[in-house]
Amino acid sequence: MSDTYFEILRSGTNSSIQDKGRTHLYHIGITISGAMDQRIFSISNALVNNNLNEGVIEFAYQGPLLQLKNGSVNFVITGNVVFNILRKNSIIEEGKRFQSYLLEKEDQIDIIYTKDSVFGYLAIEGGFKIEKVWDSYSVNTKAKIGPNNGEKFSAGEKIYIKKSEVNNFVKKKIDYNNSVTTTIRTTKGTNFDYFSEEAKNKFFNEEYQVTNLSDRMGMRLEGPKLENIVNTNIKSEGLVKGVVQVPADGNPIIMFSDHGSIGGYPKIAVVITADHDKAAQLAPGSRIKFKEVNLDEAESLFKTYSKDTKSYLEKIK
Amino acid sequence: MIKNISNLGDAAIYCDFGKDVNEKINSNVISYFNHLKKLIRENKIEGITNLTPSYNKLIISFDLSITNFKKITKILENLKVINNNRQDSKKIKIPLCCDEKYALDLISLSKKLNISRNGIIDLHLNKEYYCYMTGFIAGMPFLGDIHESIRVDRLQTPRVKVPKGSIGITEQFCNIYTFESPGGWNIIGNTPLKVFDKLNLNSPSLIKPGDKVSFYKITKQEYLNWNE
Repeated sequence: MSDTYFEILRSGTNSSIQDKGRTHLYHIGITISGAMDQRIFSISNALVNNNLNEGVIEFAYQGPLLQLKNGSVNFVITGNVVFNILRKNSIIEEGKRFQSYLLEKEDQIDIIYTKDSVFGYLAIEGGFKIEKVWDSYSVNTKAKIGPNNGEKFSAGEKIYIKKSEVNNFVKKKIDYNNSVTTTIRTTKGTNFDYFSEEAKNKFFNEEYQVTNLSDRMGMRLEGPKLENIVNTNIKSEGLVKGVVQVPADGNPIIMFSDHGSIGGYPKIAVVITADHDKAAQLAPGSRIKFKEVNLDEAESLFKTYSKDTKSYLEKIK
Repeated sequence: MIKNISNLGDAAIYCDFGKDVNEKINSNVISYFNHLKKLIRENKIEGITNLTPSYNKLIISFDLSITNFKKITKILENLKVINNNRQDSKKIKIPLCCDEKYALDLISLSKKLNISRNGIIDLHLNKEYYCYMTGFIAGMPFLGDIHESIRVDRLQTPRVKVPKGSIGITEQFCNIYTFESPGGWNIIGNTPLKVFDKLNLNSPSLIKPGDKVSFYKITKQEYLNWNE
Protein backbone atom coordinates (compact mmCIF):
# COMPACT_ATOMS: atom_id res chain seq x y z
CA MET A 1 0.00 0.00 0.00
CA SER A 2 1.19 3.53 -0.74
CA ASP A 3 2.26 5.87 2.01
CA THR A 4 -0.33 8.18 3.44
CA TYR A 5 0.73 11.82 3.56
CA PHE A 6 -0.40 15.41 3.48
CA GLU A 7 0.74 17.47 0.56
CA ILE A 8 1.16 21.09 1.58
CA LEU A 9 -0.63 23.23 -1.00
CA ARG A 10 -0.20 26.40 1.09
CA SER A 11 2.05 26.50 4.11
CA GLY A 12 0.44 29.30 6.11
CA THR A 13 2.37 31.98 7.99
CA ASN A 14 4.18 29.90 10.57
CA SER A 15 3.35 26.20 10.53
CA SER A 16 5.66 23.76 12.30
CA ILE A 17 5.67 20.53 14.27
CA GLN A 18 5.48 20.98 18.03
CA ASP A 19 5.06 18.83 21.10
CA LYS A 20 5.46 19.62 24.78
CA GLY A 21 9.04 20.77 24.16
CA ARG A 22 12.59 19.90 25.24
CA THR A 23 14.12 19.67 28.69
CA HIS A 24 17.64 19.60 30.15
CA LEU A 25 19.31 21.51 27.29
CA TYR A 26 19.27 25.16 28.42
CA HIS A 27 22.85 24.77 29.65
CA ILE A 28 24.15 24.16 26.13
CA GLY A 29 22.04 26.94 24.65
CA ILE A 30 19.08 24.93 23.39
CA THR A 31 15.77 26.30 24.54
CA ILE A 32 12.53 24.52 25.45
CA SER A 33 10.44 25.27 22.33
CA GLY A 34 7.16 23.31 22.31
CA ALA A 35 3.53 24.30 21.81
CA MET A 36 2.78 27.92 22.64
CA ASP A 37 -0.65 26.97 24.01
CA GLN A 38 0.06 23.80 25.96
CA ARG A 39 -3.51 23.15 27.05
CA ILE A 40 -5.19 23.05 23.65
CA PHE A 41 -2.15 21.18 22.31
CA SER A 42 -2.80 18.35 24.83
CA ILE A 43 -6.52 18.45 24.12
CA SER A 44 -5.88 18.08 20.38
CA ASN A 45 -3.99 14.84 21.00
CA ALA A 46 -6.62 13.52 23.40
CA LEU A 47 -9.39 14.10 20.82
CA VAL A 48 -7.68 11.76 18.35
CA ASN A 49 -6.73 9.06 20.89
CA ASN A 50 -3.02 9.95 21.00
CA ASN A 51 -0.67 10.10 23.93
CA LEU A 52 -0.74 13.72 25.07
CA ASN A 53 2.79 14.51 23.89
CA GLU A 54 2.49 13.37 20.27
CA GLY A 55 3.78 15.85 17.68
CA VAL A 56 1.11 18.05 16.07
CA ILE A 57 1.11 20.87 13.53
CA GLU A 58 1.04 24.28 15.16
CA PHE A 59 0.02 27.20 13.00
CA ALA A 60 -0.32 30.94 13.60
CA TYR A 61 -2.71 33.45 11.97
CA GLN A 62 -3.22 31.86 8.55
CA GLY A 63 -2.87 28.08 8.68
CA PRO A 64 -1.92 25.61 5.96
CA LEU A 65 -3.97 24.13 3.11
CA LEU A 66 -3.34 20.40 3.13
CA GLN A 67 -4.43 17.63 0.81
CA LEU A 68 -4.50 14.03 1.94
CA LYS A 69 -2.81 11.57 -0.40
CA ASN A 70 -3.80 7.90 -0.03
CA GLY A 71 -5.44 6.26 2.98
CA SER A 72 -7.55 8.13 5.50
CA VAL A 73 -6.94 10.04 8.73
CA ASN A 74 -8.72 10.99 11.89
CA PHE A 75 -7.93 14.65 12.59
CA VAL A 76 -8.93 17.47 14.87
CA ILE A 77 -8.29 21.19 15.00
CA THR A 78 -8.11 23.03 18.30
CA GLY A 79 -7.93 26.74 18.95
CA ASN A 80 -10.26 29.52 17.89
CA VAL A 81 -9.78 28.46 14.29
CA VAL A 82 -11.88 29.03 11.17
CA PHE A 83 -11.41 26.18 8.69
CA ASN A 84 -13.11 24.27 5.92
CA ILE A 85 -12.95 20.69 4.81
CA LEU A 86 -12.97 20.46 1.02
CA ARG A 87 -14.26 17.00 0.14
CA LYS A 88 -13.11 15.44 -3.11
CA ASN A 89 -16.66 15.62 -4.50
CA SER A 90 -16.39 19.45 -4.24
CA ILE A 91 -18.57 19.67 -1.17
CA ILE A 92 -17.27 22.27 1.27
CA GLU A 93 -17.89 21.46 4.91
CA GLU A 94 -17.48 24.18 7.48
CA GLY A 95 -15.06 22.78 10.07
CA LYS A 96 -15.90 22.77 13.76
CA ARG A 97 -13.00 23.11 16.16
CA PHE A 98 -12.50 20.69 19.06
CA GLN A 99 -14.15 17.82 17.21
CA SER A 100 -12.57 15.01 15.24
CA TYR A 101 -13.24 14.29 11.57
CA LEU A 102 -12.50 11.47 9.18
CA LEU A 103 -10.60 12.69 6.14
CA GLU A 104 -10.49 10.53 3.00
CA LYS A 105 -7.84 10.59 0.31
CA GLU A 106 -7.84 13.67 -1.93
CA ASP A 107 -9.87 15.65 0.66
CA GLN A 108 -8.36 18.96 1.77
CA ILE A 109 -8.19 20.87 5.04
CA ASP A 110 -8.15 24.63 4.53
CA ILE A 111 -7.17 26.39 7.74
CA ILE A 112 -8.24 29.94 7.05
CA TYR A 113 -7.32 31.84 10.19
CA THR A 114 -7.07 31.94 13.97
CA LYS A 115 -9.85 34.28 15.05
CA ASP A 116 -9.04 36.83 17.82
CA SER A 117 -6.10 34.67 18.76
CA VAL A 118 -2.75 33.50 17.39
CA PHE A 119 -2.12 29.74 17.61
CA GLY A 120 -4.07 26.66 16.59
CA TYR A 121 -3.25 22.95 16.38
CA LEU A 122 -3.90 20.14 13.94
CA ALA A 123 -3.52 16.68 15.43
CA ILE A 124 -3.97 13.37 13.65
CA GLU A 125 -4.52 9.95 15.13
CA GLY A 126 -1.22 8.06 15.42
CA GLY A 127 0.89 11.16 14.68
CA PHE A 128 3.27 12.12 11.90
CA LYS A 129 6.14 10.03 10.58
CA ILE A 130 8.83 12.42 11.78
CA GLU A 131 12.06 11.74 13.67
CA LYS A 132 12.48 13.38 17.04
CA VAL A 133 15.55 15.57 17.54
CA TRP A 134 16.87 15.74 21.09
CA ASP A 135 13.91 13.76 22.24
CA SER A 136 11.33 16.18 20.90
CA TYR A 137 9.39 16.86 17.71
CA SER A 138 9.49 20.62 18.32
CA VAL A 139 10.93 22.87 15.64
CA ASN A 140 12.81 26.03 16.59
CA THR A 141 13.13 28.03 13.38
CA LYS A 142 15.37 30.72 14.91
CA ALA A 143 18.02 28.25 16.08
CA LYS A 144 17.34 25.77 13.25
CA ILE A 145 16.85 22.99 15.79
CA GLY A 146 14.44 20.11 15.41
CA PRO A 147 13.06 17.93 12.61
CA ASN A 148 12.73 19.31 9.08
CA ASN A 149 16.20 20.87 9.67
CA GLY A 150 14.57 23.22 12.13
CA GLU A 151 12.52 24.87 9.38
CA LYS A 152 8.84 25.69 9.27
CA PHE A 153 6.77 23.90 6.62
CA SER A 154 6.74 25.23 3.08
CA ALA A 155 4.43 24.67 0.13
CA GLY A 156 5.09 21.51 -1.88
CA GLU A 157 6.44 19.50 1.06
CA LYS A 158 4.94 16.19 2.09
CA ILE A 159 4.18 15.32 5.69
CA TYR A 160 4.02 11.55 6.12
CA ILE A 161 1.54 9.97 8.48
CA LYS A 162 2.32 6.97 10.70
CA LYS A 163 -1.09 5.33 10.52
CA SER A 164 -1.98 4.79 6.87
CA GLU A 165 -5.69 4.17 7.38
CA VAL A 166 -8.42 4.67 9.98
CA ASN A 167 -10.51 1.54 10.47
CA ASN A 168 -13.06 2.43 13.07
CA PHE A 169 -13.63 6.16 13.23
CA VAL A 170 -15.50 7.40 16.29
CA LYS A 171 -16.17 11.13 16.43
CA LYS A 172 -15.00 12.82 19.62
CA LYS A 173 -15.69 16.38 20.66
CA ILE A 174 -15.80 18.76 23.59
CA ASP A 175 -17.16 22.22 24.21
CA TYR A 176 -14.18 24.42 24.78
CA ASN A 177 -14.56 27.83 26.28
CA ASN A 178 -12.11 30.07 24.39
CA SER A 179 -11.92 32.88 26.89
CA VAL A 180 -9.92 35.90 25.83
CA THR A 181 -8.09 37.66 28.60
CA THR A 182 -6.85 41.19 29.05
CA THR A 183 -5.13 40.65 32.39
CA ILE A 184 -1.81 38.86 32.64
CA ARG A 185 -0.78 37.87 36.12
CA THR A 186 2.87 38.03 37.11
CA THR A 187 5.14 37.66 40.08
CA LYS A 188 7.85 40.26 40.67
CA GLY A 189 11.01 39.67 38.66
CA THR A 190 14.51 39.33 40.10
CA ASN A 191 15.38 42.90 39.00
CA PHE A 192 12.10 44.52 40.05
CA ASP A 193 13.99 47.04 42.17
CA TYR A 194 16.03 48.23 39.18
CA PHE A 195 12.96 50.27 38.22
CA SER A 196 11.76 53.61 39.55
CA GLU A 197 8.66 53.76 41.78
CA GLU A 198 6.86 55.47 38.92
CA ALA A 199 7.85 52.67 36.53
CA LYS A 200 6.64 49.99 38.96
CA ASN A 201 3.29 51.75 39.27
CA LYS A 202 2.93 52.19 35.54
CA PHE A 203 3.79 48.54 34.90
CA PHE A 204 0.93 47.27 37.06
CA ASN A 205 -1.62 49.99 36.44
CA GLU A 206 -1.42 51.09 32.84
CA GLU A 207 -2.19 49.36 29.58
CA TYR A 208 0.29 47.77 27.23
CA GLN A 209 -0.32 46.94 23.61
CA VAL A 210 0.93 43.80 21.88
CA THR A 211 3.00 44.80 18.83
CA ASN A 212 3.62 43.08 15.50
CA LEU A 213 7.11 42.18 16.69
CA SER A 214 5.80 39.10 18.43
CA ASP A 215 6.53 35.49 17.64
CA ARG A 216 7.37 32.16 19.24
CA MET A 217 10.49 33.73 20.73
CA GLY A 218 8.93 36.68 22.47
CA MET A 219 6.21 39.30 22.56
CA ARG A 220 7.20 42.94 22.36
CA LEU A 221 4.86 45.34 24.10
CA GLU A 222 4.37 49.04 23.75
CA GLY A 223 3.08 51.39 26.42
CA PRO A 224 4.40 53.58 29.19
CA LYS A 225 8.22 53.43 29.11
CA LEU A 226 9.75 51.88 32.21
CA GLU A 227 12.54 53.89 33.74
CA ASN A 228 15.50 51.85 34.97
CA ILE A 229 17.36 53.59 37.80
CA VAL A 230 20.11 51.02 38.39
CA ASN A 231 21.50 49.49 35.20
CA THR A 232 19.93 48.73 31.83
CA ASN A 233 22.15 45.64 31.49
CA ILE A 234 22.76 42.76 33.84
CA LYS A 235 25.43 40.07 33.66
CA SER A 236 24.01 37.54 31.20
CA GLU A 237 22.07 34.83 33.00
CA GLY A 238 19.43 32.19 32.35
CA LEU A 239 15.96 32.97 31.06
CA VAL A 240 12.72 31.04 31.44
CA LYS A 241 9.40 31.18 29.61
CA GLY A 242 7.28 34.04 30.92
CA VAL A 243 10.11 36.37 31.95
CA VAL A 244 9.32 40.02 31.21
CA GLN A 245 12.60 41.71 30.23
CA VAL A 246 13.02 45.44 29.84
CA PRO A 247 15.84 46.59 27.54
CA ALA A 248 17.22 50.13 27.58
CA ASP A 249 14.36 51.48 25.43
CA GLY A 250 11.96 50.86 28.35
CA ASN A 251 9.50 48.64 26.47
CA PRO A 252 8.79 45.24 28.05
CA ILE A 253 9.25 41.94 26.19
CA ILE A 254 7.64 38.67 27.32
CA MET A 255 9.79 35.58 26.66
CA PHE A 256 8.04 32.63 25.02
CA SER A 257 8.89 29.06 24.01
CA ASP A 258 11.76 29.79 21.58
CA HIS A 259 13.47 32.42 23.76
CA GLY A 260 17.28 32.45 23.95
CA SER A 261 18.64 30.37 26.82
CA ILE A 262 20.38 33.36 28.40
CA GLY A 263 19.92 37.11 28.27
CA GLY A 264 21.28 40.30 29.71
CA TYR A 265 18.27 42.59 30.22
CA PRO A 266 16.72 43.27 33.62
CA LYS A 267 13.71 41.12 34.54
CA ILE A 268 10.86 43.23 35.91
CA ALA A 269 8.35 40.40 36.24
CA VAL A 270 7.54 36.80 35.31
CA VAL A 271 4.18 35.71 33.87
CA ILE A 272 2.71 32.96 36.04
CA THR A 273 2.59 29.49 34.46
CA ALA A 274 -1.22 29.45 34.60
CA ASP A 275 -1.28 32.44 32.22
CA HIS A 276 1.33 31.31 29.64
CA ASP A 277 -1.26 29.88 27.25
CA LYS A 278 -3.53 32.91 27.48
CA ALA A 279 -0.65 35.35 26.99
CA ALA A 280 0.60 33.47 23.92
CA GLN A 281 -2.82 33.80 22.29
CA LEU A 282 -2.86 37.63 22.46
CA ALA A 283 -2.87 38.94 18.90
CA PRO A 284 -0.97 42.11 17.92
CA GLY A 285 -3.06 45.14 18.82
CA SER A 286 -4.48 43.52 21.98
CA ARG A 287 -4.42 45.73 25.04
CA ILE A 288 -3.38 44.12 28.29
CA LYS A 289 -2.71 44.93 31.90
CA PHE A 290 -0.31 43.22 34.26
CA LYS A 291 -1.47 42.19 37.70
CA GLU A 292 0.88 41.34 40.53
CA VAL A 293 0.37 38.10 42.47
CA ASN A 294 2.63 36.47 45.04
CA LEU A 295 4.19 33.03 44.74
CA ASP A 296 1.49 31.28 46.82
CA GLU A 297 -1.25 32.78 44.66
CA ALA A 298 0.64 31.82 41.50
CA GLU A 299 0.93 28.22 42.71
CA SER A 300 -2.72 27.98 43.61
CA LEU A 301 -3.73 29.53 40.25
CA PHE A 302 -1.63 26.83 38.58
CA LYS A 303 -3.55 24.16 40.52
CA THR A 304 -6.80 25.60 39.18
CA TYR A 305 -5.35 25.71 35.66
CA SER A 306 -4.26 22.04 35.91
CA LYS A 307 -7.62 21.00 37.30
CA ASP A 308 -9.42 22.72 34.43
CA THR A 309 -7.14 21.07 31.86
CA LYS A 310 -7.70 17.70 33.50
CA SER A 311 -11.46 18.12 33.49
CA TYR A 312 -11.40 18.86 29.73
CA LEU A 313 -9.28 15.76 29.16
CA GLU A 314 -11.57 13.61 31.29
CA LYS A 315 -14.59 14.69 29.29
CA ILE A 316 -12.95 13.23 26.19
CA LYS A 317 -12.50 9.67 27.54
CA MET B 1 28.35 28.95 48.33
CA ILE B 2 24.89 30.18 47.31
CA LYS B 3 24.48 33.72 48.62
CA ASN B 4 20.79 34.07 48.00
CA ILE B 5 17.88 31.97 46.75
CA SER B 6 14.74 33.52 45.30
CA ASN B 7 11.97 32.55 42.95
CA LEU B 8 12.07 33.44 39.26
CA GLY B 9 8.37 33.22 38.55
CA ASP B 10 6.52 30.21 39.93
CA ALA B 11 8.48 27.48 38.12
CA ALA B 12 12.14 28.40 38.57
CA ILE B 13 14.63 29.05 41.34
CA TYR B 14 17.21 31.79 41.08
CA CYS B 15 20.46 31.01 42.90
CA ASP B 16 22.79 33.96 43.27
CA PHE B 17 26.44 33.11 43.99
CA GLY B 18 27.68 36.70 44.37
CA LYS B 19 27.76 39.83 42.29
CA ASP B 20 31.22 39.53 40.77
CA VAL B 21 32.24 37.66 37.66
CA ASN B 22 35.31 35.56 38.34
CA GLU B 23 36.52 32.02 38.07
CA LYS B 24 36.08 31.23 41.75
CA ILE B 25 32.41 32.23 41.90
CA ASN B 26 31.73 30.58 38.55
CA SER B 27 33.36 27.33 39.62
CA ASN B 28 30.96 27.27 42.59
CA VAL B 29 28.06 27.67 40.14
CA ILE B 30 29.41 24.83 38.01
CA SER B 31 29.97 22.58 41.02
CA TYR B 32 26.31 22.99 41.98
CA PHE B 33 25.29 22.44 38.37
CA ASN B 34 27.29 19.19 38.13
CA HIS B 35 26.07 17.98 41.50
CA LEU B 36 22.41 18.59 40.67
CA LYS B 37 22.82 17.11 37.20
CA LYS B 38 24.09 13.91 38.78
CA LEU B 39 21.19 13.77 41.24
CA ILE B 40 18.73 14.26 38.39
CA ARG B 41 20.39 11.51 36.34
CA GLU B 42 20.19 9.16 39.30
CA ASN B 43 16.50 10.05 39.77
CA LYS B 44 17.17 11.46 43.22
CA ILE B 45 15.34 14.72 42.56
CA GLU B 46 11.93 14.95 41.00
CA GLY B 47 10.53 17.51 38.66
CA ILE B 48 13.59 19.54 37.61
CA THR B 49 13.40 20.27 33.87
CA ASN B 50 16.46 22.47 33.31
CA LEU B 51 19.59 23.82 34.94
CA THR B 52 21.08 27.02 33.55
CA PRO B 53 24.47 28.00 34.93
CA SER B 54 25.84 31.44 34.01
CA TYR B 55 28.70 33.63 35.30
CA ASN B 56 27.45 33.90 38.85
CA LYS B 57 23.90 32.50 38.82
CA LEU B 58 22.25 29.13 38.54
CA ILE B 59 18.63 28.93 37.45
CA ILE B 60 16.76 25.73 38.20
CA SER B 61 13.57 25.27 36.21
CA PHE B 62 10.98 22.75 37.32
CA ASP B 63 7.64 21.28 36.40
CA LEU B 64 5.10 22.92 38.68
CA SER B 65 2.79 19.93 38.42
CA ILE B 66 5.45 17.76 40.08
CA THR B 67 7.31 19.98 42.53
CA ASN B 68 7.50 23.59 43.72
CA PHE B 69 9.76 26.36 45.00
CA LYS B 70 9.60 25.29 48.66
CA LYS B 71 10.46 21.64 47.99
CA ILE B 72 13.47 22.40 45.83
CA THR B 73 14.70 25.17 48.11
CA LYS B 74 14.66 22.66 50.96
CA ILE B 75 16.70 20.20 48.90
CA LEU B 76 19.19 22.96 48.07
CA GLU B 77 19.54 23.94 51.72
CA ASN B 78 20.43 20.38 52.69
CA LEU B 79 22.78 19.81 49.78
CA LYS B 80 26.46 19.39 50.54
CA VAL B 81 28.32 20.54 47.46
CA ILE B 82 32.07 20.74 47.31
CA ASN B 83 33.88 22.72 44.69
CA ASN B 84 35.15 19.83 42.60
CA ASN B 85 35.30 21.60 39.32
CA ARG B 86 38.93 20.85 38.61
CA GLN B 87 38.31 17.12 38.26
CA ASP B 88 35.84 17.54 35.43
CA SER B 89 37.46 20.27 33.40
CA LYS B 90 39.45 19.55 30.28
CA LYS B 91 41.90 21.52 28.18
CA ILE B 92 40.90 22.35 24.61
CA LYS B 93 42.98 23.92 21.86
CA ILE B 94 41.17 25.86 19.18
CA PRO B 95 42.75 26.70 15.79
CA LEU B 96 42.30 30.36 14.92
CA CYS B 97 42.77 31.96 11.53
CA CYS B 98 43.23 35.73 11.61
CA ASP B 99 43.39 36.32 7.88
CA GLU B 100 41.70 39.58 6.83
CA LYS B 101 38.89 37.57 5.31
CA TYR B 102 37.86 36.32 8.77
CA ALA B 103 39.15 38.96 11.22
CA LEU B 104 36.33 41.37 10.44
CA ASP B 105 37.10 43.90 13.15
CA LEU B 106 40.85 43.55 13.58
CA ILE B 107 41.74 46.69 11.62
CA SER B 108 39.27 48.90 13.49
CA LEU B 109 40.31 47.35 16.82
CA SER B 110 43.94 48.05 16.02
CA LYS B 111 43.09 51.73 15.48
CA LYS B 112 40.86 51.93 18.53
CA LEU B 113 43.36 50.26 20.88
CA ASN B 114 46.45 51.64 19.24
CA ILE B 115 47.98 48.16 19.19
CA SER B 116 49.17 46.50 15.98
CA ARG B 117 47.05 43.72 14.52
CA ASN B 118 49.69 41.14 15.36
CA GLY B 119 50.01 42.63 18.82
CA ILE B 120 46.29 42.07 19.48
CA ILE B 121 46.49 38.50 18.21
CA ASP B 122 49.58 37.75 20.29
CA LEU B 123 47.89 39.06 23.43
CA HIS B 124 44.92 36.84 22.62
CA LEU B 125 47.00 33.72 21.91
CA ASN B 126 49.09 34.17 25.03
CA LYS B 127 46.39 33.31 27.53
CA GLU B 128 44.47 30.27 28.61
CA TYR B 129 40.78 31.00 29.01
CA TYR B 130 38.15 29.65 31.34
CA CYS B 131 34.69 28.73 30.04
CA TYR B 132 32.11 30.45 32.25
CA MET B 133 29.04 29.17 30.44
CA THR B 134 27.60 28.11 27.12
CA GLY B 135 24.43 29.40 25.57
CA PHE B 136 22.60 32.27 23.91
CA ILE B 137 22.91 30.20 20.75
CA ALA B 138 23.54 26.47 20.94
CA GLY B 139 27.01 25.67 22.22
CA MET B 140 28.38 29.23 22.23
CA PRO B 141 31.10 29.34 24.90
CA PHE B 142 31.63 32.48 26.99
CA LEU B 143 35.37 32.51 27.73
CA GLY B 144 37.45 34.79 29.90
CA ASP B 145 39.27 36.77 30.93
CA ILE B 146 41.01 38.36 27.97
CA HIS B 147 44.07 40.59 28.42
CA GLU B 148 43.16 43.96 29.95
CA SER B 149 44.66 45.97 27.12
CA ILE B 150 42.37 44.46 24.45
CA ARG B 151 39.04 44.93 26.25
CA VAL B 152 36.47 46.89 24.24
CA ASP B 153 32.71 47.48 24.18
CA ARG B 154 30.34 45.73 21.80
CA LEU B 155 30.01 47.14 18.28
CA GLN B 156 27.75 50.19 18.21
CA THR B 157 25.58 48.57 15.62
CA PRO B 158 25.49 44.78 15.92
CA ARG B 159 25.97 42.75 12.74
CA VAL B 160 22.86 41.15 11.33
CA LYS B 161 24.94 38.09 10.43
CA VAL B 162 28.14 37.02 12.12
CA PRO B 163 29.68 34.10 10.19
CA LYS B 164 29.78 30.69 11.83
CA GLY B 165 33.10 29.98 13.54
CA SER B 166 33.84 33.66 14.24
CA ILE B 167 35.85 34.42 17.39
CA GLY B 168 34.65 37.60 19.06
CA ILE B 169 35.79 39.68 21.99
CA THR B 170 34.05 42.23 24.20
CA GLU B 171 34.64 43.47 27.75
CA GLN B 172 36.58 40.74 29.60
CA PHE B 173 35.17 37.96 27.43
CA CYS B 174 35.75 36.01 24.24
CA ASN B 175 33.28 33.75 22.44
CA ILE B 176 32.90 31.52 19.42
CA TYR B 177 29.86 31.83 17.15
CA THR B 178 28.79 28.21 16.77
CA PHE B 179 26.16 29.19 14.19
CA GLU B 180 25.69 32.15 11.91
CA SER B 181 23.80 34.58 14.09
CA PRO B 182 23.21 38.27 14.73
CA GLY B 183 25.81 39.64 17.12
CA GLY B 184 27.77 42.62 18.34
CA TRP B 185 31.13 41.21 19.43
CA ASN B 186 34.40 42.35 17.80
CA ILE B 187 35.52 39.61 15.43
CA ILE B 188 39.26 38.86 15.45
CA GLY B 189 39.26 35.63 13.45
CA ASN B 190 37.53 32.38 12.67
CA THR B 191 37.96 28.72 13.54
CA PRO B 192 37.32 25.85 11.15
CA LEU B 193 36.84 23.51 14.13
CA LYS B 194 33.35 22.19 14.77
CA VAL B 195 32.69 23.56 18.26
CA PHE B 196 29.08 22.44 18.31
CA ASP B 197 27.85 19.33 16.53
CA LYS B 198 24.10 19.07 16.55
CA LEU B 199 24.23 15.52 15.26
CA ASN B 200 26.28 14.36 18.24
CA LEU B 201 23.38 14.00 20.62
CA ASN B 202 25.39 12.74 23.59
CA SER B 203 28.00 15.44 23.66
CA PRO B 204 27.21 18.17 21.13
CA SER B 205 29.35 20.87 22.78
CA LEU B 206 33.11 20.57 22.50
CA ILE B 207 33.57 23.16 25.24
CA LYS B 208 31.74 22.88 28.55
CA PRO B 209 31.56 25.29 31.49
CA GLY B 210 34.71 24.93 33.58
CA ASP B 211 36.90 23.84 30.67
CA LYS B 212 40.16 25.60 29.83
CA VAL B 213 40.52 26.88 26.28
CA SER B 214 43.48 28.23 24.39
CA PHE B 215 43.91 29.29 20.78
CA TYR B 216 46.67 28.64 18.26
CA LYS B 217 47.21 30.38 14.98
CA ILE B 218 46.69 28.70 11.61
CA THR B 219 47.22 30.08 8.13
CA LYS B 220 44.48 30.68 5.60
CA GLN B 221 45.70 27.64 3.67
CA GLU B 222 45.49 25.46 6.78
CA TYR B 223 42.03 26.86 7.42
CA LEU B 224 40.84 26.00 3.92
CA ASN B 225 42.35 22.50 4.09
CA TRP B 226 40.92 21.82 7.53
CA ASN B 227 39.47 18.35 7.77
CA GLU B 228 38.11 16.89 10.99
